[in-house]
Amino acid sequence: MDNKWVLQIQNVSKEYGGNSVLKGVNLSVKPGEIHALVGENGAGKSTLMNILFGMPVIHETGGFEGEIWLNGKKAGIESPKNAMEAGIGMVHQEFMLLPGFSVAENVKLNREPTKSNWFSKISGKKLETLDLHKMGADTRRALDRIEMTIDEWLPLVGMPVGHRQFVEIAREIDKADLSVLVLDEPTAVLTETEASNLLSVLKKLAESGIGVLFISHRLEEVYEIADTVTVLRDGEMIATMPKTETKLETIAEMMVGRKIKRLGTAESGRATDDGDILEITDLCVDMPGEYVNGANITVRRGEILGIGGLAGHGKLGIANGIMGLYPSSGTLICDGEEIPLNNAQSSLEAGLVFLSEDRRGVGLLLDESIEDNIALASMISKKNFLKRVGPLPISVLDRKSIREHADKMISLLEIKCTGPQQSVRRLSGGNQQKVCVAKAITMDPQVLLVSEPTRGIDVGAKERVLSMIKKLNREKGITVVMISSELQELRSMCDRIAIMYKGTICGVLDPDAPDAEFGFCMAGKGGIPSD
Amino acid sequence: MKERIRQNAVPVLFLCMCILGLLISGQNLRYVTQELISRLARNWFLVLSLIIPVTAGLGLNFAIVLGAMAGQVGLIVATHYKLPGLAGLITAVVLSIPIAVVLGISAGHVLNKARGREMITSMMLGFAANGIYQLVFLFMVGTVFPVKNPQIMLDNGVGLRGTIELKYCKYALDDLIRMKLFGIHIPLAPIIVVILLCLGIRWLYQTKLGQELRAVGQDMGVASVAGINVDRTRITAMVMSTVLAAIGQVIFLQNMGTMNTFNSHEQIGTVAIASLLVGGATVSRATVGQALIGTLLFQLLFIISPAAGQRLMGNAQIGEYFRVFIGYGIIGTALLIHSWERATSQRSASRQTRGKTLEGTGNN
Ligand SMILES: Nc1ncnc2c1ncn2[C@@H]1O[C@H](COP(=O)(O)OP(=O)(O)OP(=O)(O)O)[C@@H](O)[C@H]1O
Ligand SMILES: [Mg+2]
Repeated sequence: MDNKWVLQIQNVSKEYGGNSVLKGVNLSVKPGEIHALVGENGAGKSTLMNILFGMPVIHETGGFEGEIWLNGKKAGIESPKNAMEAGIGMVHQEFMLLPGFSVAENVKLNREPTKSNWFSKISGKKLETLDLHKMGADTRRALDRIEMTIDEWLPLVGMPVGHRQFVEIAREIDKADLSVLVLDEPTAVLTETEASNLLSVLKKLAESGIGVLFISHRLEEVYEIADTVTVLRDGEMIATMPKTETKLETIAEMMVGRKIKRLGTAESGRATDDGDILEITDLCVDMPGEYVNGANITVRRGEILGIGGLAGHGKLGIANGIMGLYPSSGTLICDGEEIPLNNAQSSLEAGLVFLSEDRRGVGLLLDESIEDNIALASMISKKNFLKRVGPLPISVLDRKSIREHADKMISLLEIKCTGPQQSVRRLSGGNQQKVCVAKAITMDPQVLLVSEPTRGIDVGAKERVLSMIKKLNREKGITVVMISSELQELRSMCDRIAIMYKGTICGVLDPDAPDAEFGFCMAGKGGIPSD
Repeated sequence: MKERIRQNAVPVLFLCMCILGLLISGQNLRYVTQELISRLARNWFLVLSLIIPVTAGLGLNFAIVLGAMAGQVGLIVATHYKLPGLAGLITAVVLSIPIAVVLGISAGHVLNKARGREMITSMMLGFAANGIYQLVFLFMVGTVFPVKNPQIMLDNGVGLRGTIELKYCKYALDDLIRMKLFGIHIPLAPIIVVILLCLGIRWLYQTKLGQELRAVGQDMGVASVAGINVDRTRITAMVMSTVLAAIGQVIFLQNMGTMNTFNSHEQIGTVAIASLLVGGATVSRATVGQALIGTLLFQLLFIISPAAGQRLMGNAQIGEYFRVFIGYGIIGTALLIHSWERATSQRSASRQTRGKTLEGTGNN
């Protein structure tokens, strides 16, 4: 075979304990091509990427069938190390970073430039000293290539999710002999601006001859940059086609196997005048990359308030600050009572529940079952799912109601699983996210703060998650604060939309306000005059 | 700031206890200083040998007992051949290193099989190795190994004596460089050796290997995806620790001058670990500074507690009990806190405060 393809996946099949998740998949990537892989949650995309990268999960669960060819040569990929040596770079769906290390240490992990010294001459390369200067310089170069300005020696701890994602990408592009770059939902945790930066980086990389294989649930971006699109459904390859020969709607339908409803706009002018439930005054939050500098806003009882704005202007900081996850100052009044800041416990006790944007491992107990994950938090905080044993003052778990509730959630949110007892670790990324949603809404909160609720969820399920939140709001009267970087999503859901600019609220708009007004607000020229 | 106080709470508490004890006991300051310096010189090396496994995520290495045994084997042989002074000492070290390497490799393999239960396993390893050690030196010397040496062996010609005079290499290192300052004898050579070791450890963490050790200590999964051979790195950490413990034990015993053939190695495990913890180290984080300061405080407590007990209760034995209690108490507490932290980090994960937990693990 010639070098027409950098990567060929031939007839690959994979079973997880008798459950067939990939069925004879073929996929080829040319040098310089951007190849998108799309499919519903649980379609098998990550599994295919794990096979490609020789991840331990694959070999621990009985390996796979089929062949992988790289640059015209058959590759036996047994471990990530093999894959790396063969020139495959991978940005995983879960973070593969060390929180205690700095950016540079993470980027150069196990590829550190070293200087030989007296000892290393005798006992070998392992004892060579790290060339910190070169580590920093290499990292700087990689960060510059993706237009990241963060300091290369900053520790990773406390860094916002978006930045971490870029660190992962920097690590991969820093590899010199990279011939295929695989990215599993790289934009899922990014805001729109960050994502579009990333896409232009990918384009540049492809121009330099690297094959790019990437997974995404954002079909617009797939449509924007991909040369070829492959659709996977239930482990089977449905189609591979050049982008020019297809339409966005067709891709979506192929993925789900049914027609998709478009998001409408919310009915505006809904009366929600039951007074204020949350009063936020002079809130400042020290969340790196998402600072809030004196935001003031009130949330009305029973409304859905949207918070939007460009990346880095603090919309994520608001929710994280309120929940006591990052150092903050100001006052927060919930239902007439002041809640101390910087105290996660007191926010929870006040009935605030947060669905974090940090969806990669968002506080799920990975080894516990789906049903327990959904029920546990609500059991602890609300004493739900417990029943009395006769007249005794002891409560025990009400297994039956836990099961019933989990079954309901699984069918409502279409969580793809073998049953409520399956462990969460064995779910695909998007389905883990759905479990998080289920868990948050099970807690019957006073106020539900949801941050980027549909990230990483496929087009079909997106609509279900959103309508679920809406239903909760309408039927149970739960107040919702929804933070999203997808304006369309906010406009379809919210009664009012606050736009953040440079850490303050720049304006509060109606969902059916003209596009131009949103644009002005995001650029800092909204209702409140900027200084 | 709060974090800082919390971090240093343990050493500060012990410092207060030491000062209080010093006042109560009313001991001669010169005596205390002399005693402290010679104890530090002999103990520091052993405590420092614990640092590498902690950073590699193996926790407190109770298996340094294995290294100590290796060191004793070296010393026994050197004494048997009546090798004097430094020559004997060097022979003991040279002999003990290959034994320590083999023991370290085996211990590393076992710990790799017992992920998540490293500490209890290393403790068990210590007990098991002790059994073999006793078997060899109580029954096999003089029978399987045809050795005759009434000075170190029991009168019936089988097995070693319970205490062996190390008369040939006593003070071999201590007296290498004689120095007196304000009438206090300072064993300069062992202190220089300790300084070299500190620099060596510092330096290790600037090398590729050091970086791998730290990476494995933080997250084995991420490290292995980055292509680091996790099992091997952990074994390397164990080997280094065991070898250092062997050398440390030789330094320790040349100062003591007598060896409790069947107990010396057992004690050093608990004493060294307690010292490290007193310095403020935890199961997952330990630094050279913590080892040095911890040893200082713990040994100081050792020196003053019998006299303080005598003054306070009219019984020196009370002080003795007290320090044993402190030693085991602090180890028990550290293990308890460790398992408690693991449990709460799981629970708080279930309460959606992952951002917080992430920060917590970074700062502690
Ligand atoms: N370790 C595992 N053990 C058993 N089954 C697993 C395991 N990992 C994944 N699966 C199953 O394999 C199927 C495919 O999962 P995969 O992670 O590849 O989906 P995906 O296409 O990446 O979805 P998403 O868009 O949600 O990330 C799912 O049904 C999932 O439940
Ligand atoms: Mg996936």
